[in-house]
Amino acid sequence: MKKNFKQKARLLAHHLRPAASALVLGLAAVLAGTLLRTLFTQIIRFTVDTVLMGETESLPAALAGLDVGRLLALACGLAALTSLAQFAAGFAQDASLPVGSERFVKSLRDALYSHIQRLPYSWHVQNPTGDIIQRCTADVEVVRTFIMDQMIELVSTIFLIAVYMAAMLAMDVRMSLVAMAFVPGIVLYSALFFKKAASRYTECDEAEGALSTVVQENLTGVRVVRAFGRERAELEKFRKKNEHYTNLWLSLGATLSNFWTLGDLMSMTQVLCVVVTGVVLCVRGELSLGTYLAFVSYTRQLTWPVRSLGRVISEMSKAGVSMDRLLYILESKEEQPTENPIAADLRGDICFDHVSFAYEHKPVLRDVSFTVRGGGTLGILGGTGSGKSTIALLLARLYDPDEGSIRIGGVDLRQMDASALRRGVGVVLQEPFLFSRTLKENIAIARADASQEEIEQAAEAACLSGAIAEFRDGYDTVVGERGVTLSGGQKQRTAIARTLLTGAPIMVFDDALSAVDAKTDEAIRTHLRQAAGDATLILIAHRVATLMRADEIIVLEDGQIVERGTHEELMKLGGVYARTARAQGAGAGKEATAHE
Amino acid sequence: MNEQRKTGFSLAPWRTLWPVLKRHAGLIAGAVGSNLVLAVTDFMLPLIQAEVVDRFILAGTLEGLGGYMLKYLALMATELVMLRIYFACCMRLEMNSSRDLRDAVFVNLQRLSLDYYSVTSAGHSLSRVMSDTERICGMLAWRFPDIIWGFAYILGVFVVMSTLSLPLAVTLIVLAPVVTLLTVYFQRRLIALNRDVRAQHSKITAGYNEGIMGAKTSKTMALERKLCGEFEQTTAAAARAGILHGRMRAIYVPLIVLCGALAASATLLRGGRMVLEGSLTIGVLSAFTTYALSLFQSFRQQANGISQAVSQQACVERVAELMARRPTVCDRPEVEARYGDAFHPKEENWEPMRGEVDFEDVSFHYEEGGEEVLSHFNLHVPAGATVAIVGETGAGKSTLVNLVCRFYEPTGGRVLIDGRDVRERSQLWLHSHIGYVLQEPHLFSGTIRENIRYGRPEATDEEVEQAARAVSADRIAAKLEKGYDTDVGECGDRLSTGEKQLISFARAILVRPSLFVLDEATSSVDTQTEQMIQQATDTLMRGTTSFVIAHRLSTIRQADTILVIDHGRIVEQGTHEELLERKGVYETLYTTQLSAQERETGKA
Repeated sequence: MKKNFKQKARLLAHHLRPAASALVLGLAAVLAGTLLRTLFTQIIRFTVDTVLMGETESLPAALAGLDVGRLLALACGLAALTSLAQFAAGFAQDASLPVGSERFVKSLRDALYSHIQRLPYSWHVQNPTGDIIQRCTADVEVVRTFIMDQMIELVSTIFLIAVYMAAMLAMDVRMSLVAMAFVPGIVLYSALFFKKAASRYTECDEAEGALSTVVQENLTGVRVVRAFGRERAELEKFRKKNEHYTNLWLSLGATLSNFWTLGDLMSMTQVLCVVVTGVVLCVRGELSLGTYLAFVSYTRQLTWPVRSLGRVISEMSKAGVSMDRLLYILESKEEQPTENPIAADLRGDICFDHVSFAYEHKPVLRDVSFTVRGGGTLGILGGTGSGKSTIALLLARLYDPDEGSIRIGGVDLRQMDASALRRGVGVVLQEPFLFSRTLKENIAIARADASQEEIEQAAEAACLSGAIAEFRDGYDTVVGERGVTLSGGQKQRTAIARTLLTGAPIMVFDDALSAVDAKTDEAIRTHLRQAAGDATLILIAHRVATLMRADEIIVLEDGQIVERGTHEELMKLGGVYARTARAQGAGAGKEATAHE
Repeated sequence: MNEQRKTGFSLAPWRTLWPVLKRHAGLIAGAVGSNLVLAVTDFMLPLIQAEVVDRFILAGTLEGLGGYMLKYLALMATELVMLRIYFACCMRLEMNSSRDLRDAVFVNLQRLSLDYYSVTSAGHSLSRVMSDTERICGMLAWRFPDIIWGFAYILGVFVVMSTLSLPLAVTLIVLAPVVTLLTVYFQRRLIALNRDVRAQHSKITAGYNEGIMGAKTSKTMALERKLCGEFEQTTAAAARAGILHGRMRAIYVPLIVLCGALAASATLLRGGRMVLEGSLTIGVLSAFTTYALSLFQSFRQQANGISQAVSQQACVERVAELMARRPTVCDRPEVEARYGDAFHPKEENWEPMRGEVDFEDVSFHYEEGGEEVLSHFNLHVPAGATVAIVGETGAGKSTLVNLVCRFYEPTGGRVLIDGRDVRERSQLWLHSHIGYVLQEPHLFSGTIRENIRYGRPEATDEEVEQAARAVSADRIAAKLEKGYDTDVGECGDRLSTGEKQLISFARAILVRPSLFVLDEATSSVDTQTEQMIQQATDTLMRGTTSFVIAHRLSTIRQADTILVIDHGRIVEQGTHEELLERKGVYETLYTTQLSAQERETGKA
């Protein structure tokens, strides 16, 4: 708990640093503004007492000789000047606090983003994306509100109370006691109220969530609802939740109404007390009229800030939960950079040396060894769960093997810089992600310097140019979240094009053509070797046709290599590979004759 | 994102919602009425507070203080009572009207046909039902009475000031147009800047979306640094927008305060002179300075309230548009009279269904002027027969099923069930006889038992369990701690796809359908589940008219008719043997499927 508090404090302190100057300026302006407001009230008090009531004995010597009209003009001029100064303070406050707020939140957002980018692959596999996005957006806002609204409001209100209290005490102690008597009561009352109400707000939120779930399930399952003719039951289910949610709010509303009326009662009673005490003291001659008016004005100005103080205090507890949620991300361990990395020749041989790997205690690869000659082609055949994709992940060092080692050009992957390695190992995933930008930018994402010609060549080799020509905006078509939705096959081909464009010395295609139709698949494969230049290729697939022209093919089953050899050798062997080839027979045979 | 559209205020969409909202007209009147009284007490209060100055302090007497206190207390009591009424009315108005509006939108969603759902995302409709209705009703309940309060208060203050001292009131009144102009000017600017802030905000969310969802890809391509750099530009732009907005506010808000303070200074000068001349009392002057200091703040609040109300016009339009939408497939009045509607079925008039289906010269296209998917299509499906529909992904295999289920209606010709046009009987009648299994199984929150029972709530526990056993779904329940009473989570998320699939089979079998529709799964489930699903399918189809969007071999072989769809058209039709003979599309499809199938069996 204590340690946790320290972590949170450190988190805030770190990101508040860029905001510090703006915040200090803003808070200074808040203080100045409060003082100026007091000054304004005091000027009115002076005008009433000295000018209008003619009590001139307290007047400073310099002003003593002035006539009443001059004095009035002077006071009003001073009031106007104070107003202008107040404007300046207000401007300084409202202009610098948002700067602080924006700098703080920018620092926090950037830190989250770059940390997330640097977290290891396994972290991304384990953590649901929706939840992480929620933390980065909603929770960041909660923390921002905490610092920028609640903390600032808290500090301003404390300034206000302190300054006003000092001003009031300087004028009259008895009146001050009457005016301030209610403050602790009101703050405490509203703090306690909101603390108690918090659980009921949560209850309402939960009811809203339940209602929302009913609607969402109804909408996403509309076919099921209709096909089973359950509209009536759905409506009943909805109405029950709708009624429940409404009633919860109504009952909370009744409580809130009590709270507000009681709060109003307290502040109105407070004003009445000030008025009555003031009148009695004035009539007895123990209080001047100006001072009385100043007290009424102070009391009125304090009412709202004091009443909201309790709410602010009680709401601040929410921020703790959000900070915990952010700390979860920020405290997750980043990938560690390799110390003294060795630059390897990625065009050299790739060697898996007795590699074993388990994922969450389930063995995925067992004692896998193979070598791919630099510039050669390896085919890997295997079904779902055979561990074939893990080979790609290990080669890009997204995971390290538990046993054995992987070497490229004789250098162990663990001795290389991960980023440099990944730039040299182009992995095309089965379900690639395209970024929300144009097709051109997507293809050139890892090579910003690529020319239009190079981009078009890569698209051509990936059989994508035809599809691009069909889009109205061609290469400038925006894809992804905010643009055109591509089919699975088009996405895969875009991913192939972008990897081909990198000209990486090693390219891994992990079932990268699974969503492409058979004809295109064949066309891509025909050009792949040529397009990839002298890169070492690893093709992972469950179609024999994809692999048959590789220099060597290994067959994986349950994480182990069960067969290896060339297409011809494996066909002769008559094992899994040959059976699979025969099963896919017609196609593979036709193809072999067509291209050989 | 919708906020981007420029909106002006218009009453037309409100008229669509009014039938729902007018039920609460009494509450609206109560909220506005009590708020008007509150406006009066609010502008009277400074006056009553000022009264003491002239009456007691300057007169130097406490006589009548008791009476004055009573008056003050009476005002307090009025204010408190009105506040309670106002609060109760607004709260009830907000909650009850949003409940009714949600209900109305939801009911209409239940009526709309599937063409609406095919082009509208669930998220879109969800936010209509949940957040838009809430905003509209929040506005109606709180914003609207507050705007009226604002006008009444400002007007009241001017009237009170004018009656107290016209010359002094003029000092303040001349400032009013200036403040109004300033307010309008700045409010416009602020709205525009705020739009930028929100646009930047959604860019940041999109940036996170990309950075997090695409993390695996960016990692394999070593794009981290590039993406971080881009994201920092986005956050910088967001910070700039926020600061610009803040700066504009930083001029505007203190400027209004300045107007008030300057007005108070001017009042003090002019009023002070009048006091010295003896034409004004100090009490009245103090009331004036109080008004001066607070009056222009209400201008600002008023402008803020109005602009927020205008900005929510978009919500009103969206909800009104959804409410005005009518289903494209609906039962004729005479059909509804005999069979009842979706919410009030007249089951006593329902005939049983045998399950004979005929397509008679059916033509169909999805969009007006779009390509014809079916053209003069004829097919007779005797009761109990199986029709398999095969074709590439996205080839339009669902069309026939959509027509049989009457999710859509043919644009030409007709579909007959048991020899009668589907349009002659109600949708609910038809749907109550259908057992439906989706490729991506959809379950509802609740227990396994509730989910199986979904289509026939009156089924006994014994029947539920029997249905589960028939499709081997009992093994799922057996594995779980609470058995059939295990909560499956939102949309059944706590179960695997295969498990959800089996439960949706049990759900379909429990309704004892006369017509069975199955969209087979292609998703990779493990071999064991795969076999269980296979058995379940066989059990279900026995003796029941079945339409199967088929991916699996065995269903295709046994089907009485196979329809091969390519690019949304039926290109081949016949039995398995006939189609193999033709050596066309089907034959190619079949061989690739076969190889996949055999590889699986070879492995096992």
